[in-house]
Parts: sequence; structure tokens; C-alpha cells
Amino acid sequence: MDKMLTLTCPCCNVTAEETEFHAGGEAHLKRFGPGSSDDEFESYLFTRKNPKGVHFERWRHNNGCGKWFHVARCTTSLEVFASYPAQTYAPPEDILVHIDTRRPGWRAKT
Amino acid sequence: MSTRLATGGRLLNKSKPLGFTFNGKQMRGYEGDTLASALLANDQMLVGRSFKYHRPRGIVAAGPEEPNALMNLGAEGRFEPNARATTTELFEGLEANSQNHWPSLEFDVGAINKHLSRFLPAGFYYKMFMYPRSFWKHVYEPFIRKSAGLGKAPKARDEDTYEHFYAFCDVLVVGGGVAGLQAAKTAGQTGARVIVMEQSEHWGGRALVDGGTVVDDGPVDKFVEQIFSELEAMDNVQLRSRCMGAGVYDHGYALGYERLSDHKPGRDGPRHRLWRVRASHVITATGALERPLSFAGNDIPGVMLAAAVRDYAVNFGVSVGDRTVVVTNNDNAYLTAISLKHAGLDVPAIIDARVLSQDSAQVAQAKALGIRVMMGHAIASVKGTKRVTGVEICAQAGEGAVLEEISCDAVAMSGGWSPVVHLWSHCGGKLRWDAVNACFSPDPDNPPKGVDGMGFVTPAGAASGVFALDDVLNDAHAAAEGVMTTLGLRLPKDSAAPVAEHRGDAPMAPVWMMPQGANVKLREKAWLDYQNDVKVSDVRLAAQEGFVSVEHAKRYTTLGMATDQGKLSNINGLATLAGALDTDIPNVGTTTFRPPYHPISMAAIAGEAKGHVFQPIRRTPMHDWHNNNGAEWEPVGAWRRPYAYPKPGESTHNAVMREVTNTREKLGLLDASTLGKLIVKGPDAGRFLDMMYTNMMSTLKIGKCRYGLMCSENGFLIDDGVVARIDADTWLCHTTTGGAENIHGHMEEWLQTEWWDWNVYVANVTEQYAQVAVVGPNARKALEKLGGMDVSREALGFMEWADGDLGGFKCRVYRISFSGELSYEIAVDAAQGQAFWDALMVAGNDLGVMPYGTEALHILRAEKGFIMIGDETDGTVIPQDLGLHWAISKKKEDFLGKRAQERSHMTDPARWKLVGLETTDGSTLPDGAYAVATGTNANGQRNVQGRVTSSYHSPTLGKGIAMGLVLNGPDRMGEVITFPGTDGKDYDARIVDPVFYDKEGEKQNV
Repeated sequence: MDKMLTLTCPCCNVTAEETEFHAGGEAHLKRFGPGSSDDEFESYLFTRKNPKGVHFERWRHNNGCGKWFHVARCTTSLEVFASYPAQTYAPPEDILVHIDTRRPGWRAKT
Repeated sequence: MSTRLATGGRLLNKSKPLGFTFNGKQMRGYEGDTLASALLANDQMLVGRSFKYHRPRGIVAAGPEEPNALMNLGAEGRFEPNARATTTELFEGLEANSQNHWPSLEFDVGAINKHLSRFLPAGFYYKMFMYPRSFWKHVYEPFIRKSAGLGKAPKARDEDTYEHFYAFCDVLVVGGGVAGLQAAKTAGQTGARVIVMEQSEHWGGRALVDGGTVVDDGPVDKFVEQIFSELEAMDNVQLRSRCMGAGVYDHGYALGYERLSDHKPGRDGPRHRLWRVRASHVITATGALERPLSFAGNDIPGVMLAAAVRDYAVNFGVSVGDRTVVVTNNDNAYLTAISLKHAGLDVPAIIDARVLSQDSAQVAQAKALGIRVMMGHAIASVKGTKRVTGVEICAQAGEGAVLEEISCDAVAMSGGWSPVVHLWSHCGGKLRWDAVNACFSPDPDNPPKGVDGMGFVTPAGAASGVFALDDVLNDAHAAAEGVMTTLGLRLPKDSAAPVAEHRGDAPMAPVWMMPQGANVKLREKAWLDYQNDVKVSDVRLAAQEGFVSVEHAKRYTTLGMATDQGKLSNINGLATLAGALDTDIPNVGTTTFRPPYHPISMAAIAGEAKGHVFQPIRRTPMHDWHNNNGAEWEPVGAWRRPYAYPKPGESTHNAVMREVTNTREKLGLLDASTLGKLIVKGPDAGRFLDMMYTNMMSTLKIGKCRYGLMCSENGFLIDDGVVARIDADTWLCHTTTGGAENIHGHMEEWLQTEWWDWNVYVANVTEQYAQVAVVGPNARKALEKLGGMDVSREALGFMEWADGDLGGFKCRVYRISFSGELSYEIAVDAAQGQAFWDALMVAGNDLGVMPYGTEALHILRAEKGFIMIGDETDGTVIPQDLGLHWAISKKKEDFLGKRAQERSHMTDPARWKLVGLETTDGSTLPDGAYAVATGTNANGQRNVQGRVTSSYHSPTLGKGIAMGLVLNGPDRMGEVITFPGTDGKDYDARIVDPVFYDKEGEKQNV
């Protein structure tokens, strides 16, 4: 019962407790497959971001609609800036602008 | 001695006497008593022994902060250890026993430790018990276990029931004192949904003992009566007493712990209820706790918190002593002296560490009652062993030279008040140091943050660091008003804080050691943590030894680590550490406050989740049949699968042997419904499956089946199963029983986060079908007997599937085999599963049909050298380790795991590889055993060269067979290696081919 975030699934629009979701780690990974160098592959597979502050994560609504989506949130205050569909290479600009208002200067730190 | 007064006791119902026992001794109390007040009324001041030195311990407090009065309560199925006497309401027949003493409370052998106290300093355990290592097991641990341990573990099963409640509200108010009630009223006026939780059975909190006047209502008890009835009349306000706010968590989640029948054991309904609340906002009106003062002998029974002495007198009509010396650094403790005097008891002196330039109202009142007030003085030492007999007085400014001795049988001490900031802090609220009141209080600029990044906890009243009645009411109203504004709710125009009369208290003065220049002899007798026996000298020693961080000093000394979690000792300990480090208290900081605020029962956390509702169980459509036919169950994930079907009088082992043999020789039925079934469909489904599986699935022909392996992107084998091509766009993927949901999620992750432009849908249809494996030489005959579709070798070859009907059942038949026998796996609609199973049992009647369970399935597959996910794999095994190269496509440019398997470690020829193992004497190898090699590793342990992954007795071969991963295994056929077992025996086993039975695969292909 320790971690009990509330998240909104952008696929089915349900706002629910963390127990209904499953965390999937860093979002917006660039996959390196066969043909990539050892360094590239290592960086892709193991060197994941673990920031203190703004973070973009994969979550799955596994006890709901079953879809994966992305969440932008603050790992220290637990503020959730937005959740958005996973079908994107980068966070949508309007979400980045919103984070700017909540965490001025955060981009310089990432 | 402590006794019941003739008058007083506003919480008592003296017309209802109650009988109870303490350590077997009959005692009497009244309805309304706590166990603590009733013990004191029976002159039972000595209630336990301390943890380390086994010092005699008396009741110190009157609430949940009590460190000493921990009891074993009840018996049998209602036995409970570590119950606090101060929060236990008395009931008829209550049985209490004190803890941590042997052989008796009065005479305790462990008390010898107190004479060894100079050998048991801070960090003693760390220093002493390190070496020699073998002493841990044989000397230290048995000794510590015998002499330590608060309470006993219950032996009987808990007779009571427990439940969880889920609730949602706009505002959760924690605390039902005047601040909580006022905040609830202000919030409730807006129509907001409000829940108020009060830990005790009574509303109104300390104000009812400490008094005060509210202008419109008169004495504060009238005010409480009035506001409570107003709140009760509000439909949007829910009031719960005996319900403690236990913890505040992320995004407004909070736990409440309601004790429904602790005061009436055996009453209908659950004993405890755990409230799982999601609140938009939490108001913590949790009040404040009084701190002890640090002086020599402050742990002797009879030394109590001043407010507790007052509580016992006013609430319970109990006198803690005939002659009570009050020692204080603030005005609040004067209330105790005054109320004792009013009760007709003697207060020989008030020892006040302060020097006030003029008398405050409280001081003047005490003096007017004829009480001797000694300003600038301190207690040098308390006299007595199991009970206070007197105090030695000295100057606070000095080093402890005794000026006079005052005889007394109780000492009421007050070192000031600390707001209860626990709930504020649980989820990240920061604290600030309040130098005026010498306490930490919530920093309003740094509240715990909610989902929107805004603070969602607001303290009110004493919990926010204001203590006078008028300030408390103003603060509570303002707090609730602020919360309503953030929630967008509007207060009525006439809403205002009630006006209370102001009591002009003189400022308190921080006092962390009494006297301030106390020498080491006095510091060694000045207790900070009563339960864990931490003294001022211990914290100073920790500082001296370099434990400058408060978190380190805490663990080194065990300060605040007892069941009271430092409610009394925290601030005094921090101040002592700060003093020793010659720095300020805010620089030292605080330790972390963690939920729950006060211990809650494990049973409440479990709630209803015990016995058959511990977790939801997944049942196949044939579950009841298995149950009625003697199945022994094996949990596989949330499923229950039959392990074997022993007949009456048959051992499980013999049943398994029989099932294997019968399946090999005649006909076996296996309920395979639990196997995962995922439909993967769409124009890009083939391309997608080529990425998911190591082998090629896009080329699979319609009507055919192929065994496939799935790896993680890290290259390791995660699942396997047979894939069938249903039509041009559709594949059906079987997964392992435990893997269906995970593999579904895994596929969805890749589809949605990486290849979202591919047109593929995945559906988990596992529970839509009942699936039966019909296995053995008579399998075809049984199906032909059912009649219907052609299941001949020509019509339905090995690794083919077909739709049709059998015995009138619409079915899909896969000719696949996990046993090496002629085998059909037949899927029917789940609803038809039992009927189909029944039909097969009838059809197989003359053919020797018998059901078989998972253990027979394991043996059958092991005899054939088929791997099992979770046996041969453990998250570090790649298909190449298992000799499954044939199932890894060399044509495909890419699949999940391909790049990973190219890494040097994965291609290392020294990776352990799968082989069969046969003991030289036919016995069965211990599962999981390691094969030893020559030499030792850097840690001096024997080198190893392999391990057993599966091991069974094979009835088919009449000997033990096993699979294992062995260094260079496939190149060492015939070599004998040794596996030491945990039973002390060495097992010699020969490395052999993992396929033990029907190497050519003729039997499945008939």
C-alpha cells in the first residue's frame, strides 16, 4: 500500500489507482537491434534514465483496457504532468510546455 | 501509591464495575477505564521490564505514545502481544500479562543486565557480537532470543474477522479534538464530503482535560457537545471514533484503522476495519505529544508525563501518587499541579527550570493554591527502584549539587510539546524548527504534493504548532477555509472561527538535560528511550564515535526504534545529539517518519484475504470433476491444476507412477485448459510473430503447427509453446500456463510502443476454451469411438490441426505431443469442457483411460528430453544453452533477443549446456543440486561445473533420470560427475543424451 499513485489511461480515459496499472520503465527508447555496436546495444538495453525530477515512463493499464501508454511525472513530488498515447517518438509539445510552467528550466537538466 | 479517588473521573461509569486480571491477579475497574487507568487504580505501577537492562518500568503516558505498558492480552484465538494498556479499553474479564521478564515481573533475572550497563553501551551489539562468527549461532543468538523479545507470538489461529473499507471523500480530517471538529465543521458547511477519524472513543481531545472557555458556548466541554451534535446532523460528514488515521500516502491515499470490538471481544462483526481512503485533501488535526525531561532516574516507575498524571486524575479519577512533584520547563504542567491540588492531593513543589521575570497566570494560580514553586531548579536525581520515593533538587544552571531532597511518590514531568507531524511527513511534507516552542512543526511551504503538484495535506491546531485554545480554533477554521478554496468550494458568508478566551502562558524554555551541566554519572541514568533503554550518555557516545548523521546515530543506539517509534524520545534524542555535536537541532534534522502512526494489526492489513478468499483462484471448466475424483492440487500461477489423482490408499508417488505408465501403455487425459492461448491477427501478424519468436512463424502453412521459443530483448528464454496458423491473417499462439498474461502484455508493449504502425491485434482467449490432451497408444481409438471428424494419420498428421466435431462437440484438434506419445490436444468451448471430458472418459472406458496430473506430465516430457520453462530456464538461460539451435532462425534479420545472443558472453563456449544425467546406482538426483569441480573459488568455496534442472524417477525406465546444465556437457557424454546433496550424500551421475525414451520419435508419429 506504499505506492498509490492515481493515473489516467489515455486509451480508455479511466482514472484509477496504481494497482490497476503496471509500470514499464523509461519511455521513448530507441531500439538497437542486429547490426548495432556493443556500446549502442548496451546503452539501449541497460543504461536507462533514473532522473530525480521530470521523467517519462511506460505504463500499461493491465487490469483495465490492457493498453500501454506514457506518463510524464515528477519522481520526487509524484506530480503527474500528463499521460499520453504511446504511439509517438517524443512527448507532445503541449505537454513539454506544461512541464515548463511547472518546472521552469527542467529541460536544461535532462 | 496510586489509587482511585473518591471523586472525579469524567469518563467513568461508576455504576458499571468491571473485573479483570493482571498476571493472574484479580483486579477491579469501571466502564470507561483504560487498562492503564485501571491498573493504576489498583496500585499496579510496575507493568514491565525494559528491553536491554530489564529495568522496572511503569506507566509513563496516557495515550498511544506510551513506551512501557505493553501487554500480552487475551488467550488462545484472541491472544495479542504488545497491546498498549493506555489505548486498551477495559472490559469485563480482560486478561493482561506483562512482558519481557523472567521468571516474574517482580523478580527478574535479566535485571542483572542493569549492573552490566557500563558494558552494554551504544552499539554494543555491533561491537560485541561480531566475532567469533560461530558464536552467533550457538552462544549469542540463543541468549539474545531468551532474554529479549517483547511479547509472545500468538499460537492459536485468530478467531476474529477483519475487513477493508474503501472510501472517497473531499476532505479527510484526522483527529477529533477541538481542532479536528472545528475543521470538519468549517469544511462540512460547504457541502463537501468529509470523513473525521478519531483514534480514541471520545471526541474533544485534550481540551476537555485542559479546559478553556469559548465565548458563545461557555466551558469548552459545552462547545464540544454543541459542535459534535452539529456535525452529527450533517449528512455529508461521517464521524468515526476508535478509528486512527494510520498513514498518508501518494495522491491523497490514506489508511484508517478502526477498532470495532477490541473493547467488546466476541461481538458480532469484524474486529478491525482498515479504511482505504482516497481523499482530495487531508487535514491533520493530530494534536501534540508531551516530551519527557532528561534527568537521572527519569525511568523509575512513578515518573510520568505531567499531562498523563492530569488525564488520570481528571478522566479516570485516579491518583498516581499522594505526593507528586511537578518538574517542568513550561506553563502547561502547572495545570497538573492545579488539578491535583483541586483533587485534594499534595504537590510538595513545582520544579521549574525557567526563571521568569514575572509570574504568568498559571504560576500565580499555583502559588495562590499554596504550592511551592522553585524557579531555576532541576531534579538532580530521582530516588527509588521499583517506585519513586523522592527527588533530589539542584540548580538547573549547575552540575547537580544537591540542595535538598523532597520525598514524594510520583513525579510529573513536562519538557514541552511536540506537534504530531507523522501524517504530514509520511508522504514527504517537510518540517521547520519552531524555536519559540522548541519543536518541529509542518513547513507550510513544503507540503506533501498530490497528483497536480499541489499540497494535499494541511495541519490544523496543535499539529501545526499552535497550542492555546483560541489559536487552535482560529487555525483549524483557517486551515479548512484554505482547503475549501483550493477545492473550489464556498463557505457560508457567516462562517467564522469561534472566539475563545486567551490564556496568557509564559514562554517555555528548551531544556534538554537537567541540570544543564549534568556529569556523566547523571547522564548515564537519564533515559531518552524507555523501551529500548537508550540514555543521554549513549547518544553522546554515538556522536563521539563519529555517528554524526541522525539516521546513523538512531540505528547505532536504537533510539526511537522500539514499538513506540520514538514518539517520546525523538526530539530529546535529536537535541542531545545536536548538543554533543555542538550544532543546532535543525542542522541535525529528524529521522524519517514512516506509517503507520501507531502499530496496526497484521490481520487488519490482511482484511478478508485469508483462507479460501486469500486470492482469487482460477479454475478450469473441469475443476469440480478433478476435485471429485481425488485430485491433489498444485498451484500454477493463480490456477489450480491436478498434481495427481491418487486412488484411496494409494500414495501420491505411486499415483504418479501409475499415471505415467498408463499413459505410455494405454490412454491418459490431461486437462490442458490452463495453457495460454493468444490470437494474433492482422495483415502484419506474420511479420510480428517473426519478431516475437526465435524461429520463423510467417512461413508456417495454414493447418500446420510449429513449436516456438520466445526470448526477451536481453536474449533469455521467457516462454515457449506451439503456434498454429489458422488462416492467412491469423495465428494461435500457445503459451505456458503462467505466461499467458505476461506474454500478452509483452506482445502489446512491442505493438504499441515500437511497431505501432503494424496492423496486428492480439487477444487473450485462454479462458474461452477448455483443452484436453488425449494421450497414449489408444488415443486415436478413443476419438474414433466418439465419432466425427477423421483423425487418421493421413487426414491429420503430426504437427497439424483441424476444425471439426467429435461426438457432437465442435472442436479444434491439434496433433501435438508433449509426452512423445500419439497425442491430440482438443479445444472445445469452455462451456462444453466438462461434457466433452465426460464423453472422453466414457469413450476411453474400454481403452484403459485414466486422467493424469502435472507431475506425470513432467515425467513424460522429461523422459523425452523436452524442456520446461521455469525448470530448465531461470531467466539466465538462452535457447543455445538448451541445444535448441534448430528453433533459432538463421534466415531472419531480426527477432527479439537476436542481437543480445550475439554478445560475447552469450557465445562463450564455456556456458553450461543441457545434458541428460543418470545416476550410476539408479537413484534420483536431488533437484537443484550442483556438480562440484576441482579446486576452490576466491571465496574458498568448491568450484562447480553444473546443476540439476529437473529430476524424476522414471517408471518407464525404472530408474532416476535428470536434466541439467553442465560445463561442456554435450562434449562429455559418458563422463561421471558428482553432485553433493543437502542430505550429506554424494550422488554420482553419468552425462547422457537428454532424450531418454523413444529417441527416434516414432511413437508420437503413428
